[in-house]
Amino acid sequence: MSVPRYWRGIKYHYRLIGSECLSCGKRYYPPRKVCPICHSRNLRDVKLPERGKVLTFTVIRVPPRGYEKYAPYVIAIVELIDGTRVLAQLTDIEPEEVNIGIEVEAVLRKICENGEEGIIQYGIKFRPVFT
Amino acid sequence: MRRVAIAGIGYTKIGELWERSLRDLFVEAALKAMDDAGVDKVEALYVGNMMSGSLQEQEHLGALLASHIGRPGIMATKVEAACASGGMSLHQAYLAVASGLYDMVIAGGVEKMTDKLTPDVTLSLAMADDREYVVYSGATFVGLNALIYRYYMHKFDVKQEDIASFAVYMHENACNTPYAQYRNPIKLEDILRSPFIADPIHLLECAPISDGAAALVITTLDRAKKLTDTPVEIIASSAATDYLSIHERDDILTLRATVVASKEAYGQAKLEPKDIDLLEVHDAFTILGVLALEDLGFAKKGEGYLLVREGEIARDGKIPVNTMGGLKARGHPVGATGIFQVIDATLQLRGEAGKNQISKAETALLQSTGGVGGTVVIHILKRRD
Amino acid sequence: MRPSREVGIIGYGVYIPMYRIKGEEISRIWKSSTIPVKEKSIVGPDEDSVTMAIEAAKNALKRAKIDPRDIGSIRIGTESKPYAVKPSATIIAEALGITPVSLAADLEFACKAGTEAFEASIALVGSNMVNYALAIGVDTAQGRPRDALEYTAGCGAAAYILAPKSYETIAYIEGSYSYVTDTPDFWRREGQFYPMHTGRFTGRPAYFKHIVEAAKGLMENLGLKISDFDYVVFHQPNIKFPMTAARILGFKVDQLKPGLLCGEIGNTYAASTLIGLAGILDIAKPSNRILAVSFGSGAGSDAFSIVVQDAIESKRDLAPKVLDYVKRRKYVDYALYAVYRNKIRT
Repeated sequence: MSVPRYWRGIKYHYRLIGSECLSCGKRYYPPRKVCPICHSRNLRDVKLPERGKVLTFTVIRVPPRGYEKYAPYVIAIVELIDGTRVLAQLTDIEPEEVNIGIEVEAVLRKICENGEEGIIQYGIKFRPVFT
Repeated sequence: MRRVAIAGIGYTKIGELWERSLRDLFVEAALKAMDDAGVDKVEALYVGNMMSGSLQEQEHLGALLASHIGRPGIMATKVEAACASGGMSLHQAYLAVASGLYDMVIAGGVEKMTDKLTPDVTLSLAMADDREYVVYSGATFVGLNALIYRYYMHKFDVKQEDIASFAVYMHENACNTPYAQYRNPIKLEDILRSPFIADPIHLLECAPISDGAAALVITTLDRAKKLTDTPVEIIASSAATDYLSIHERDDILTLRATVVASKEAYGQAKLEPKDIDLLEVHDAFTILGVLALEDLGFAKKGEGYLLVREGEIARDGKIPVNTMGGLKARGHPVGATGIFQVIDATLQLRGEAGKNQISKAETALLQSTGGVGGTVVIHILKRRD
Repeated sequence: MRPSREVGIIGYGVYIPMYRIKGEEISRIWKSSTIPVKEKSIVGPDEDSVTMAIEAAKNALKRAKIDPRDIGSIRIGTESKPYAVKPSATIIAEALGITPVSLAADLEFACKAGTEAFEASIALVGSNMVNYALAIGVDTAQGRPRDALEYTAGCGAAAYILAPKSYETIAYIEGSYSYVTDTPDFWRREGQFYPMHTGRFTGRPAYFKHIVEAAKGLMENLGLKISDFDYVVFHQPNIKFPMTAARILGFKVDQLKPGLLCGEIGNTYAASTLIGLAGILDIAKPSNRILAVSFGSGAGSDAFSIVVQDAIESKRDLAPKVLDYVKRRKYVDYALYAVYRNKIRT
């Protein structure tokens, strides 16, 4: 992603900040300006919890451009403890060790590097809870 | 609203067509359609295409291709709805004629996927989902479907064999489809032994990367009857969207857009699933084929795989599905696929499906899906002779 | 050296990546007989100094129980910055929610960059310029293949939040003393991937000279003797050097052990002394006095006298301890190690 695009998303990508509808309470990640449930335009930033469970997962073996260095890697839909779902990579775990239902926690890791010259892009991944 | 029908069809072969460019492909399909309809004058052109910007660095396909089919000046535009671009192109053409504003319209689609390497095509296909949060995390289009596939098997306790065999039927049908990308039969063992692209999806459960173009001449039913002995009426045309990303949906195993658009279509045509003779579903992956059977009303949620296991989707089954090979075997030139589905169904309805011809082919329902159900376009076609 | 107001540690934390390569696996490839450490830690493909520093800092924040926005300064010491030019400190500050009102900078002094950050943070708090200062030592050190240092170049991070001494600080800094000279025992030129070192010259004229002088200078300054200290931790390039330094100064092995982690994780360079210190804080009792002396090639040592306070008992368990990370391990072979450490051209 280009630098301005990446920079706009830093707060949301580094700190797992989503949106909460002040009218109906539903939470979303990624953030949004209008609630699809109640159509309210009153949404504010909310720091989402950093723990959750794996709802489903897959192993990406044919990666998109820029992610070749990390393949094969696991991506999963994680259901956070407040019910919000996010899609993220799992890390610090082998594909064979992943099961539906395992408990995971958010960590900040490298998402991709734009070659040897470009900026390094960081983002949230989830790893198995270890303590 | 006027009644709308298909007066002519045209299409290229589907495959890795190194010598043909995007414009070569589209011009071939469009001219063939015009010849098939016997018309020289068209007033509007809709071009379904998803990735010309990223793969060919070319936009403005409407004007480009209107000019290259020799008709600069007509109304023309690219229509994009990810993998449903073809279906959406037809929906726009339908509205154009039904509204009375245009009488003779081309609804086409084209995709040229082999111009770039696989990692780039993979990234381009992933544009069907959220680049900044979903693709950013490394998700690929196959991966997103794999998330659904795994969860489906887990929730409904279904074996992979019963979903993967969908592809066996696709290949069986494509053996008799002259323009198909793959004309060889495959066995379930071949599928399950093929490498994983994104577990649990095997290579042979995925539609291929394809080049191809297809086009339809769309006009009023009255006009179509004068031009051809085998007009096919479009008796329903609908479209719906859903949350773009599957993790935002309450039920990731239902493509709500399919449910909503098909309900609308059944309403327009005053029909029910039992009235449909053949289906064209968007089987980019075997799991999507199974989900479509459920979301279109042919099976209960979680039981779609039974229709596959019991062979009901075969040409001689209760509800023949993708009789010319579907996305998996006939091929999937993304922006053209929705139009190819119409070609496949129209050949059946006209009685021109050759060895694939099913005996009762009067009413066909077509599902064109964009992304993982972010957009679904439904058409119902009926033979009118 | 003592600042004008007393400074304490209000939170501390470490991070050690999970991958390990055994010394015997490295020796299997190069067929050498000297194995200076049992195993060392290495980062996975999606980790770097920034990601490690962030987790260590988050652990420090968990123990500190302060709002990250109250942190007025972040200093990070490392010799493996992901960017030659672009501060890692701002990425970390953003990830922790410290931005935008804060001092932020990356420091370099080979392996003592971490304690440089620590010292700078003491000064900022002690001079009343900020109330909370975050100091991080972190490295993903590169070991030249076939070289002796390949066995020990490890990866890790340690973070400390300095604050005015209070009943909430888990330990306070009694004083510090630094000893530096221009001694080129180990260096890396601009643009080079691997460092150079001078073999045995890195011992007496470099490591031992500066550590002993700094330790002695500190004790003299503060009027303390060896017997006043309960624990000691040195920079740990291997097991032998810190044990010899302890012997030279007159410390017992048991006083060194809780902070001596090199055998399990290798030499974590700018994090080494600080991770060792955390290992001691994980088990120390209130009123224990700790001598911490770092060493950075080029060369210099920072010595600190740190006294543990009551708050350690209630804060210690609020974040993972050093041994929790040490226990979390997964072995890789030399091939995978070479891939993870970017030693293979693709």
